[in-house]
This record gives sequence, C-alpha cells and structure tokens, in this order.
Amino acid sequence: MYPPAFEYWSPKSLDEALSKLQELGHDGRVLAGGQSLIPMMKLRLAAPANLVDINNLTDLAYVRADNGHLAIGALARHADVVDNDHVKTISPTMASAAPWVADPLVRNRGTVAGSIAHCDPEGDWNSVMLAVGASVVATSTSGQRVIPIGDFVVDFFTNSLAEGEMVTEIQIPRPTGSAGGAYLKLERKIGDYATAAVATFLDLATDGTVSNAGIALTAVASKNLKVTEAEQMLIGQTPSPELFAEAAAVAAAACDPESDVRGPAEYKRAVINAYTKRGLAKALAQAQGGAS
Amino acid sequence: MKVTVTINGTAQSADIESRKLLVDFIRTELGMTGTHIGCDTTSCGACTVLLDGTPIKSCTMFAVSADGHEVQTVEGLKNGELHPLQVSFKENHGLQCGFCTPGMMLVGKALLEKNTSPTDDEVRWAISGNLCRCTGYTNIVKSIQAAGAAIEGN
Ligand SMILES: Cc1cc2nc3c(=O)[nH]c(=O)nc-3n(C[C@H](O)[C@H](O)[C@H](O)COP(=O)(O)OP(=O)(O)OC[C@H]3O[C@@H](n4cnc5c(N)ncnc54)[C@H](O)[C@@H]3O)c2cc1C
Ligand code: FES
Ligand code: FES
Repeated sequence: MYPPAFEYWSPKSLDEALSKLQELGHDGRVLAGGQSLIPMMKLRLAAPANLVDINNLTDLAYVRADNGHLAIGALARHADVVDNDHVKTISPTMASAAPWVADPLVRNRGTVAGSIAHCDPEGDWNSVMLAVGASVVATSTSGQRVIPIGDFVVDFFTNSLAEGEMVTEIQIPRPTGSAGGAYLKLERKIGDYATAAVATFLDLATDGTVSNAGIALTAVASKNLKVTEAEQMLIGQTPSPELFAEAAAVAAAACDPESDVRGPAEYKRAVINAYTKRGLAKALAQAQGGAS
Repeated sequence: MKVTVTINGTAQSADIESRKLLVDFIRTELGMTGTHIGCDTTSCGACTVLLDGTPIKSCTMFAVSADGHEVQTVEGLKNGELHPLQVSFKENHGLQCGFCTPGMMLVGKALLEKNTSPTDDEVRWAISGNLCRCTGYTNIVKSIQAAGAAIEGN
C-alpha cells in the first residue's frame, strides 16, 4: 500500500522544525515514530500535504528525572520507558503500562509524546497521564506553554495544540508522599489495543489517608476518560476495599463503551469495574510498601 | 529526494519519492527480497529489519527517514558462512514456509546481542511482535536459544 504523496522535511534542530511548522501552518504535520500516522496514511485516513520528520532531533530523546517531575522528551520511544529506573521510581502507573503498549517492534519506533498527541481513545498513555496529572509542554516559534493533560486531550483524535505548535516534553509530577499505581489492560493478544483498561494512582499522606488519587479509563469513551468523581471519593479517606468498590462502581457508571469485535458494552463495563477495584488495591499495596 | 542508506554495510544512494516505504525501497529499488511483506498494516513483523541495530517494521517507516542510517536485512546475516541463527533455524526446524523467518532471525539477533542465554519467556516476549502462521513458536524459540548457545560457545 502506498500512502498519498507528501512533501518531506527533515529539520536538524528544534528551531528549524519549529520554523518549518510555523511556515506550513495548517498544512504541516509532525512525523514522529509514524506507528499511527503511516498506517492511517496507507488507509487514506490521513493525507497530510507536508510531513516534518522530528527523528533527527535526537536532543529530545530523553527520559530524565528533573527536580519536580519526570521529563519525557518528544523523541523518547515507548521502549525507552520500559524497565526505566526513573520511570519506576517516579511513576509506578507509567512503569506498569509501558510493557503493554503495542508490541516490541512498534515500541522501538513509536514515541510516548506522539501517542499522547494522537489522542486515540484506545491509546494507553493518555489514561496513564490523566491518572497521574501529567502536563504537556507545547513549543512554537513564539515560545512554550505547559498544558495540563486534561486540557490537552480534547476529544476523539483531537488535541488542543495550536497551528505551528508541537509537543516537546511530557512532565509527570513526583508524588508527594508514598505512592503506588497500576495500569490494568485487557487485550486479546500482544499488539492489540485495549478491550478496556484502567490506570490508577494513589499518593498517601503520612497518616495513611489518600492525599491524591487518579483513575482514568481506556477504550470505553470517545476519549480517555478521567473519572474525577471517583477520584474525589478517595481523597482524604482511609483506603479500604469497600471504598475502592464504591469508586469502581462510579467508574463503571461513568464510562460509555461500545459493543464491537472486542466484546459487548456490558462486558467492558464489568471489566472497568473489576479492574478499577484491582488497580486501586495494587496501587495501595505498592504505596504501603508491599508487593506491586 | 536523494537518500543514502547503509544496507548491510554498503552505502546505497537513490533518488526516491518521499512516500516510498523502507520495505519497498529494499525490495524493489535494491532487489533484495529477503525482507517480506506480510500484512502491510504493521501487524505481522515479516518486514522486520534492524535500524541501527534495533528491530523495526520496515513497512511502517519511510525510506527517506532512513537517510544516513544503517539498516540490516536478513541478507546481511551470512558472512561467508551461515550465521549461527541460520544454522540453528535449519537444525531445529525453526521454519516451514519461511515467510516469518527473516523477521524472527533479526529479532533473535538483536536479543542475543544483549543476552546469549535468554529464557523461553524472554524469547517469546522478544518475538511477540512477529507472527508465524505455520511452524508454531516452540521451534522458533528453540532455534534462537540454540543460536545463543552456539555464539557463546565460540
Ligand atoms: C500494531 C500496532 C499496535 C499498537 N498498539 C497500541 C497499543 O496497544 N496501545 C497504544 O497506546 N498504542 C498502540 N499503537 C500506537 C502506537 O503507540 C503509536 O506509536 C502511537 O500512537 C503514535 O506515536 P508515534 O510516535 O508513532 O506517532 P506518529 O504516528 O508519528 O504520529 C501520530 C500523530 O501524532 C502527531 N504527533 C506525533 N508527535 C508529535 C509531537 N511531538 N507534537 C505534535 N504532534 C505530534 C502526528 O502528527 C500524528 O498526527 C499501536 C500501533 C501499531 C502499529
Ligand atoms: S508487513 Fe510490516 S508488519 Fe506486516
Ligand atoms: S514459517 Fe511460515 S509463517 Fe513462520
């Protein structure tokens, strides 16, 4: 299959890339790992006039522990965050999800930032980012802005980037207390998108109560769904199986799955309920220093 | 656009359309047909090549993006004599039709470079992006492990 023709640009520096994106405006599109964009172009679901290939911007291929947060550069591949010490230390939710995104070959090429920018409701990373309260750094020739992930993910394949902007970094805040997290994904086989998946995150205060909580769902709504109501039920409380069951019921009620080849809607809703409970229990065990 | 890609150690230059996929560049432009096209939808791994040593799906990368990089295909395995992976796939019945084999061997190569004695699970995890529709995975796993043992023995 041949993708439609396009004009190809391969800037050697970020400044050059940003100038090109600025000049092209609506007609320019970033090519990162290409693991979503190229298949879409082959199927004629996308036909960008210009591709700005960012694969030469190797300065952006980092996974770093900065002061307040974990920083993932735009060119960090999925494989770079699998079994990564910074990721494991700062974001257990992200560490838990990393091996389950796509397959090893796709992970070697696809980027975390590209996946976040793509806003596929079946994609895994945006649920993780919503649960942990990540931010997206958007850069253009006129400067930088830091967008909370909730404002970045607008809808089905739609982010809030302006023309000429690209994602340069993802920032995941360091937990303040003792934290745990999990990403539970039901998939039919390796390399498949989620039938349903749940990202959970718990940060505990010294008295053992929940100081911060995150719950977000994959593949059960038109975008990755942060279940704020369920999160709020946990904050300030002493964690317990009963409390987790109540939060899970809220998550299951909040989602809006569709019946498809991966299963009927009611089944997916039941999976969300069970995985939310299980994910919170795992997050708690980890935060309390037990097994992850 | 004019590109130069080092394929199996030899610099290859060509003037190509930007939309040409790396796998088509290798197969039709260079006439090296060891790299297969199975699904053409990023699902099967038959088109696996090593890009700067890392396995990727060449049906999902533009050839222009490989400009200045090193690509290894299955043809690059044999160096005078058969590579230990080629020997072990032959000896352990690691293939039937051979369609998935180039991808399996290249993923195996990348794995063995990090670890010459991988466990069953480690091999299965490494090849989980590559589909085989006939051999069954048991002999493929065995072949990759046997090649590791042979490399270690040398
Ligand atoms: C077989 C297969 C299985 C997969 N399974 C999963 C899975 O289980 N879970 C999952 O989450 N994903 C899965 N994916 C998708 C994969 O994770 C992609 O890598 C990811 O969605 C896109 O990242 P990319 O770097 O490849 O981006 P590209 O394909 O290059 O780009 C995707 C989109 O994002 C835009 N973009 C990319 N980078 C930037 C940037 N820095 N700034 C602004 N815009 C940008 C592009 O313009 C494009 O619109 C799968 C893909 C395949 C082929
Ligand atoms: S042909 Fe490339 S993955 Fe199947
Ligand atoms: S040997 Fe036939 S597909 Fe693997």
